[in-house]
Amino acid sequence: MSSINLDQLYRRVIMDHYKNPRNKGELADGGLTIDMNNPTCGDRIHLTMQVEDGIVQDAKFDGEGCSISMASASMMTQAIKGKSAEDAVRLSKAFSDMMLGKDLDEDLDLGDIEALSGVSQFPARIKCATLAWKAMEKGVDSDANPN
Amino acid sequence: MISKDIKKRFPILDQQVNGHPLVYLDSGATSQKPDVVIEAVKRYYENDNSNVHRGVHTLGNRATDEYEGARQKVADFINASSVQEVIFTRGTTTSINTVAQSYGRANVSEGDEIVITMMEHHSNIIPWQQLAKETGATLKYVDLEDDGTLSLDKVEETVTDKTKIVSVMYVSNVLGTKNPIKEIAEIAHRHGAVMVVDGAQAAPHLKVDVQDLDCDFFAFSGHKMCAPTGIGVLYGKKALLEDMEPVEFGGEMIDFVGLYESTWKELPWKFEGGTPIIAGAIGLGAAIDFLEEIGLDNIDRHEKHLAAYAMEKMSEIDGLTIYGPADPDLRAGIVTFNLDGVHPHDVATVLDMNGIAVRAGHHCAQPLMKRLGATATARASFYVYNTEEDVDRLADGLRIAKEYFSDVIH
Ligand SMILES: Cc1ncc(COP(=O)(O)O)c(C=O)c1O
Repeated sequence: MSSINLDQLYRRVIMDHYKNPRNKGELADGGLTIDMNNPTCGDRIHLTMQVEDGIVQDAKFDGEGCSISMASASMMTQAIKGKSAEDAVRLSKAFSDMMLGKDLDEDLDLGDIEALSGVSQFPARIKCATLAWKAMEKGVDSDANPN
Repeated sequence: MISKDIKKRFPILDQQVNGHPLVYLDSGATSQKPDVVIEAVKRYYENDNSNVHRGVHTLGNRATDEYEGARQKVADFINASSVQEVIFTRGTTTSINTVAQSYGRANVSEGDEIVITMMEHHSNIIPWQQLAKETGATLKYVDLEDDGTLSLDKVEETVTDKTKIVSVMYVSNVLGTKNPIKEIAEIAHRHGAVMVVDGAQAAPHLKVDVQDLDCDFFAFSGHKMCAPTGIGVLYGKKALLEDMEPVEFGGEMIDFVGLYESTWKELPWKFEGGTPIIAGAIGLGAAIDFLEEIGLDNIDRHEKHLAAYAMEKMSEIDGLTIYGPADPDLRAGIVTFNLDGVHPHDVATVLDMNGIAVRAGHHCAQPLMKRLGATATARASFYVYNTEEDVDRLADGLRIAKEYFSDVIH
């Protein structure tokens, strides 16, 4: 018998973010725009971010995808707002580690995001959870290294 | 109906997944392999493994005989008029790319047209996009009807005297639709175009007769029809193949090699550069024997029955949309669906936790998904080893998924 069950994946907080996504939509005045797809399944994210003086002032997302990808995007935008770009990237690395089932730094406060830790037990779904974070990292990177 | 005992011939099906007996409903992606195929590959490696067409030694002869014997089986299986018309490839994708790169580059030029349909798999879209870009030809799509079928009138409207290639899938991997290939081939020929058929979802499931269809090229994959991965077939009419240049050059495919010029072997070997997929071809031969023993007409009937049964069971579930033709006579054993308000990934995960394997996503048919107004769908695809009980398990699984996500379904 398998010890994994669905409730480890679909925690209540996740379903809440899926049903009532935070920061859904698009920032009116430009800023950074990142579009990313998950080509294997068709999930799609459109992320807009306002980064000023190294601080993520605002972020919104739009897109299509499963509960895990959309909830993760919602939580991500919530978590990075007000953080420095550096901290946002640090959080994203911690999130990747969490997806790999690694132990996390005790001082790191993940808040709602912690609820996604169960995804690590569903390898087929890890890419769903990391899509929005990858988009955010790409945005921060393009802000720091414009070409 | 095919006997339920057939399941016992597929060792992999006898297992528990996530605490439930496995129900495998993803044969459209790849089929499982029967004992005889696994044994044929094992027997080859244990007794006859050797390179083909070169050794003077006994093993080399045996390997060559088996490899070429498999080619004869394929020729008979699709009723090719000559064994020289059967080229072994890596699969449907490689077969279609070979036609595009060899026949296409030589015969398509600026101002010409290539016609495909809106329901194609990416492997029957992108080779033509690339060819159109390289040559300056125009790629045209035949739209589908709202019921998920193709209309011959629309094909007639789209194909013109400028059309050089018409390429259509025989059976849709998403909608399950069986397309009227013979009639489309007739239209293509009337305008002087060649007819290419993506037979990936047809060859495993129904009796294919390339002479009756009168297609010029027919592509399919072994792995979807009980054979190993890595082996596939390109059938082509001899007169066309003879005039075509190889796309891969090297060992095995040459007649004579000089310092600056070389000549090619005769058909079909000029298209098989390098050491071929010997074990794969032998496995494909064994798979063909296995399928013919059951009978392709029986397989077709069995799957049509399961699809009709599935559509009936699934239509009892509120909020479940089924894509493709409603009439089971127009389809093969593929049922694509969506549960209202629940993303197909989430549906597939719940089913997986109940031991049921389905596919979720865009099924390598993004233009079709767009046309259907869906970003993703879930798909159950049936094969010889599936039963009514499997369909019942699917329906139960879908009810569980619906219940599980009931608070997010609005
Ligand atoms: C209709 C259709 N065409 C082409 C392919 C590609 O086959 P392969 O990946 O074996 O080359 C598939 C399989 O996914 C298919 O379903």
